[in-house]
Amino acid sequence: MKCIIIGGNIKVLGRAVHSLSRIGDELYLEPTENGLSLRSINSSRSAFASFLFAPLFFQRYEAGGPELFRCKVLMKSFLGVFRSLPSLEKTVEKCLILLKAQLSRLVVQLHCKYGVTKTHNLTFQECERLQAVFDTQQCASRLQAPAQLLAEAVVHFPPALAEVTLRVDAGGKISLRNYVDEGEPTKMMVTELCLAKEEFEAVAAVPDSHITFCLREFRGLLSFAEASHLPLSIYYDAPGRPVIFTLDDAVLEVNLVLATLSDPESSSQHPTSNGVSHIPAPPDDFADDLEAYMIAMETSAYEESSRDPPTPSFPLRTPQPPPSDPNEEDEEEEGGAVPGTPPHKKFRSLFFGSVLTPGGPNPAPVQEVLAEDSDGEY
Amino acid sequence: MRFRAKIVDLACLNHFSRVVNTIAKLAKTCTLRLTVSKLYFILSDKVLNGGVGMWCELNQGNFFDEFQMEGVSAEHNEIYLELMPENLSRALKTAHNAKAVKMKLTNKHCPCLRVAVELPSLSSSSRIVTHDIPVGVIPRRLWNDFREPSVPDFDVSIYLPALKIMKSVVERMRNLSNYVVIEANLSGEMNLKVETDLVCVTTHFKDLGNPSWALEDGCQSSQDRDPESMAEARIDIRKLQQLLAGQQVNPTKALCNIVSKRVVHLILLHEDVSLQYFIPALT
Repeated sequence: MKCIIIGGNIKVLGRAVHSLSRIGDELYLEPTENGLSLRSINSSRSAFASFLFAPLFFQRYEAGGPELFRCKVLMKSFLGVFRSLPSLEKTVEKCLILLKAQLSRLVVQLHCKYGVTKTHNLTFQECERLQAVFDTQQCASRLQAPAQLLAEAVVHFPPALAEVTLRVDAGGKISLRNYVDEGEPTKMMVTELCLAKEEFEAVAAVPDSHITFCLREFRGLLSFAEASHLPLSIYYDAPGRPVIFTLDDAVLEVNLVLATLSDPESSSQHPTSNGVSHIPAPPDDFADDLEAYMIAMETSAYEESSRDPPTPSFPLRTPQPPPSDPNEEDEEEEGGAVPGTPPHKKFRSLFFGSVLTPGGPNPAPVQEVLAEDSDGEY
Repeated sequence: MRFRAKIVDLACLNHFSRVVNTIAKLAKTCTLRLTVSKLYFILSDKVLNGGVGMWCELNQGNFFDEFQMEGVSAEHNEIYLELMPENLSRALKTAHNAKAVKMKLTNKHCPCLRVAVELPSLSSSSRIVTHDIPVGVIPRRLWNDFREPSVPDFDVSIYLPALKIMKSVVERMRNLSNYVVIEANLSGEMNLKVETDLVCVTTHFKDLGNPSWALEDGCQSSQDRDPESMAEARIDIRKLQQLLAGQQVNPTKALCNIVSKRVVHLILLHEDVSLQYFIPALT
């Protein structure tokens, strides 16, 4: 993989890395024919973000032949390269990202003013594909607003606040309110913000619907969206189902998927609410195992990935076929957090299933860390 | 018991917000006392606060466009609330361009001071942000705990140097020691002193001036006092630093009364705000 970024786009990339750094500790890089994809997931598997930069975003883009290579790097080291956004804008003229598979180095080169070149050689790990399963088409509600509106809305909440509830009431009024657990003694200040429908670009929400999600990751995306002046779309369904935030541009596609807090009453019937429409599973022999996961991670071999669609849309199917593996079923019923990771209160964790193609060119079961947490328990 | 108030003027709002920010820096929880003409933020000098006391007084007429209150009874027409000033400060922080801010005492699930901020928006209707700040209503029988502190029978009263300078001096001294000795005399001299096993640092301020009221109706002890002799008090440097770093009222006058080895009484005066701060001396 080799790509060259020039001018203002370097800062865009930098801001994307800053936004991803709010999610997880590792950054997944995947060069595809459709562009370079940067992804991250948090440790409790309740937040996933992906930034896809189209080939046109780059001055030059080479995905790197048929054998596509995926890797992950430490977020800290990658963020270090793009740490200071103002100096990035002021001094850097050209940025070169080069994957040297033979040397096991990801090289990021910043060509600055006055002939200064900064070269960062980062170590990486080869990894499986990180893919969240979600489908915006299946979400009952959609809101679209200028990022600035939402950014101005969230400033009213304290920086330490964990969760916020988004509500569209019967009259179409849209409100944000900080989430207070009923059990907790209410010594906390409760802030509520009401926005008129007219301030949004599009409102197609189920009346009297609400979701509760984490503010931290959302703030990260908002700062990116605000700087890029892109409208932000919010797709959501019932409480407990993931909320999806998207930004779309000619050369950029951003998705942020966050777990939402499930309502005690609605969570019992939650798994059946999946099959709104019947999406045919990809011609993939292990898709069965993934069914009913809110987000699943797919591991596929190299040759497969090239034909995978960049926009994820898979297996939310009606759960009529009996599960092949009873363990998997258990896991889904459990609905709790992945053991060993700190769950966010009552958040339904977005489960990730990880499957490896048998006989793939890079069978690296040792790297299946993502799945290990959940599988090991049962 | 009812309370309802409204600020429309932006300058008043920002001024009020600065006062609240100052209070929030000085106290985690404090008492808000409301009377028909005034608001008070009070921290009484309990052991819990490390003996520090605060008394801040504002004329409501200089801040609020509407101010209606009905106290617990006709003869005790006052309201005492316990609140976290940090909450109020946070609520006002994002209100700097508000069209109006309304404050109201409510009791839905628990007693709350509701701060409703009306913000300009792009659409015809404005954005409304409401903050429900939980408060505790202080019963009548405890009101005596929050009486105005009397000006102590001080030995020396002196004007303070520019707070900015004093702040940077104290900040540096903070790195050396946890205690500072503040001493002053009636000839306009004040010293800030830290003493440790390794080093002794003193900053001298001269020609500060002594307020005349101190000499006229002041106290016995200061009248027949040698103008050169220093009155001193050793105090927790963090308490002093808190005041200097946190104050946002930019006082027109700042002065300091010292009761030798007992208490340091700092007074910051602005046109319509007065803030008194008591720091006990350590032995």
